[in-house]
Amino acid sequence: MTSAVQAAADPRRHLAAQRRWRRSEVAFWLATLLPFLLVPSHLQLASQIAITALFAVSLDLILGYAGIVSLGHAAFFGLGAYAAGLLSKSGWGEPLSGLVVAPAVAGLVGYATSFVIARTRHLALIMITLGLGLLLHEAANRAHWLTGGADGLQGVRMWPLLGHFKFDLYGYTAYGYSLVVLFSIFLVTRRLIHSPFGLSLRGIRENPIRMPAIGAPSRSHLRTAYTISAVIAGIAGALLAQTTETVSLGTLDFQRSAEVLVILILGGTGRLYGGLIGAIIFMVARDQFSGINPQYWYFWIGALLVSVVMFLPNGILGGLASRRDES
Amino acid sequence: MLVPILGVLFDGFAYGMLLFLLSVGLSVTLGMMNFVNLAHCSFAMLGGYVTVTLTQRFGWPFLAALPAAFLAAVMASVVLERTLYRRLYRGSALDQCLLTIGVVFISVAVAAYVYGTVQQPIHTPPYLRGSVTFMGVTFGVYRLFLIGVGLLITGILVAALEYTRFGVQVRAAVDNQRMARGLGIDVDGAFAVTFALGSGLAGLGGALAIEMVGLDPAFAFTYLVYVLIVVSVGGLGSIGGSLAAALLLGVSDVAGKYYVPELGAFLIYLVMVALLMWRPAGLLGRR
Repeated sequence: MTSAVQAAADPRRHLAAQRRWRRSEVAFWLATLLPFLLVPSHLQLASQIAITALFAVSLDLILGYAGIVSLGHAAFFGLGAYAAGLLSKSGWGEPLSGLVVAPAVAGLVGYATSFVIARTRHLALIMITLGLGLLLHEAANRAHWLTGGADGLQGVRMWPLLGHFKFDLYGYTAYGYSLVVLFSIFLVTRRLIHSPFGLSLRGIRENPIRMPAIGAPSRSHLRTAYTISAVIAGIAGALLAQTTETVSLGTLDFQRSAEVLVILILGGTGRLYGGLIGAIIFMVARDQFSGINPQYWYFWIGALLVSVVMFLPNGILGGLASRRDES
Repeated sequence: MLVPILGVLFDGFAYGMLLFLLSVGLSVTLGMMNFVNLAHCSFAMLGGYVTVTLTQRFGWPFLAALPAAFLAAVMASVVLERTLYRRLYRGSALDQCLLTIGVVFISVAVAAYVYGTVQQPIHTPPYLRGSVTFMGVTFGVYRLFLIGVGLLITGILVAALEYTRFGVQVRAAVDNQRMARGLGIDVDGAFAVTFALGSGLAGLGGALAIEMVGLDPAFAFTYLVYVLIVVSVGGLGSIGGSLAAALLLGVSDVAGKYYVPELGAFLIYLVMVALLMWRPAGLLGRR
C-alpha cells in the first residue's frame, strides 16, 4: 500500500527506484554461471531451463502485467521454432540471423491476432487464444510437406555460433548462447516493465475502462504488449530449435501452453523472476521424474498446480514476499 | 444428391446431441457461478470408465450402467466441490483455470494408471446396434437413441428450469446473485445442486460417448476443447444457446470431415473464432 502511495506521489522516482539493481538479482545472475562449473554434464538441461524461462517471461509480460490469460501461448513458441528450423533446413544455418527471422514471424502473427485479443475479455479471450493455438497445431500437422507433420522437422543443421563456437554434444555452446539471449531479453523486459508503459499495463490489468480516462489507450497498449510477448516467445522457440536441432509438433501442443502457465504460476506472476524460478524448479523436477512414464508425470504437474493454487496463491516468490512482509 | 446431405445432417445432429450432453452442465455452472471448470470432461471420463467397468467386468446391462455413470459423476463432483472448488468461488478466473487444469492432469494420469492408455471397448446391446433405412437414408439406431436421449434431457432441463420452484431460484441466482440472496434464496445450496447435476450430465454424456468416439485417458483433454467451444459459442447459462451451438458445431464438424477432409479439424476452430469475433458473449449469451 505505501509503495502505491509513493508511486502516485512521484511516479518517476518510484520507477527509478524499482529499476535499481538489487544485490539478490546480481547474485541470481552470477549463479546462472554455476552450471558450467558444478554440473557440466547437465548443460543441455540447463539450456532447456534457460529457454523455458525465456518463454515464461514472455507469458508473464501479458499475463502477469497486462492481465491477458492465454491458453495458447505455445503458438508463438512453435512459430519461432518452425521458422528457425525451416530457415536452417533451407540451407542458411547461421544462428543469429535465425534468431532475428523467427521472432519476426512470430511477432507478425502476434500483431495480426492482437487486434482480436485486445477486443475480447474473460472466457471469450481464453477460448480465442486456445483456438489460435489449436489452429496452428492443426496447420503444422496438416502441412506435412513443409513441417514433416507428426514426425517433426528433420535435417536442421546449425552453423557454428559467430563462425567459431560449434554446438557440441555437451551443450557448452547451447547453454552459453541460451543464457546470453535470456539475459539480454530479460534486461529489455525489465526496462520495459519499469517504464511508464509497464506501469500503465499494470493499470490496464486492474481497470481497463479507467485507464483511457487518464490518457493510457488500453487497446493499443495491450496490442503492443501482446506483440512483444509473441516476439519473445518466438525467440525462445527459435533457441530451442537451434540448440536441439529438431522441431516437433510438441512445440505447438496445448500441453506446452499449459506447462508454461504452470511454470509461471508456480514461480509467481507479475514479478519478473517468477518465470525464471518456476522454470528452474519445474524442469529440474521433471528431469528427476523423467525415468517414469510421462503419463504419470502429468499426475505430479496436476498435484503441483492444485497445491500452488490452494496454498501459494501468489506463487513461490509471492509467498516468500508476503512472509517477509509479515515478519 | 439429397440423400447424402440428409445422412450428413443426421450424423452431425447426433454428434451435436452428444456435444450438448457433455457441455450443458458446464454451460449452466459457468453461467451461474462464474466458475471456469475445465475439469468438466474429467467427470465425463469418469462416467465413461464407470460404464466400461460395470458392463465389461460386472456384466451390467448397458442401460443400467448409464444411471450409475450419472451417479458416480455426481458423487465425485460433490466431493470435489466440498474440498476444492468451494474455496475458489470468489477467486480469479485464472486461479480457477489452473486448479481445474490441475484436476484434469491428475484425472488423466489416474485413468492411465488404472486402465492403461488403450481404447476401452464397449459392447452395446443388440437392440442399439445396426441401422434402419427410411426413404433411402440410413439411420444408425444408436444415433437415433442418442438424439432421443438428448431431446429428452433438453425437455427435462427446460421444464425443470421453467416450471419448478427450484428452477425459479436458479434463474434468479443467475440473473442477480445479490438480489436473490436478499430475497432469502439459498444461492449456495442452489449452486451446489446445479453443479452436481451438471457434472452428472457430463458423466452420462461420457458414458454415451464411448460407442461413438471411444474412450482413453486423453478424453478429458480432447473433449474439453469441444465442450468449451460449445459453451463459449452458445453463450453462458443458456440451454437453448448450448443446444444451438452444439448442433451447429456437430453438423459443421461432420460435414467438414465428409466434404472437405483436407480441412480436417480446422473448420470447427474457424467457426468458433469467427463466431466469437462476431459475438464475444456467444450466440445467446446474457452478458
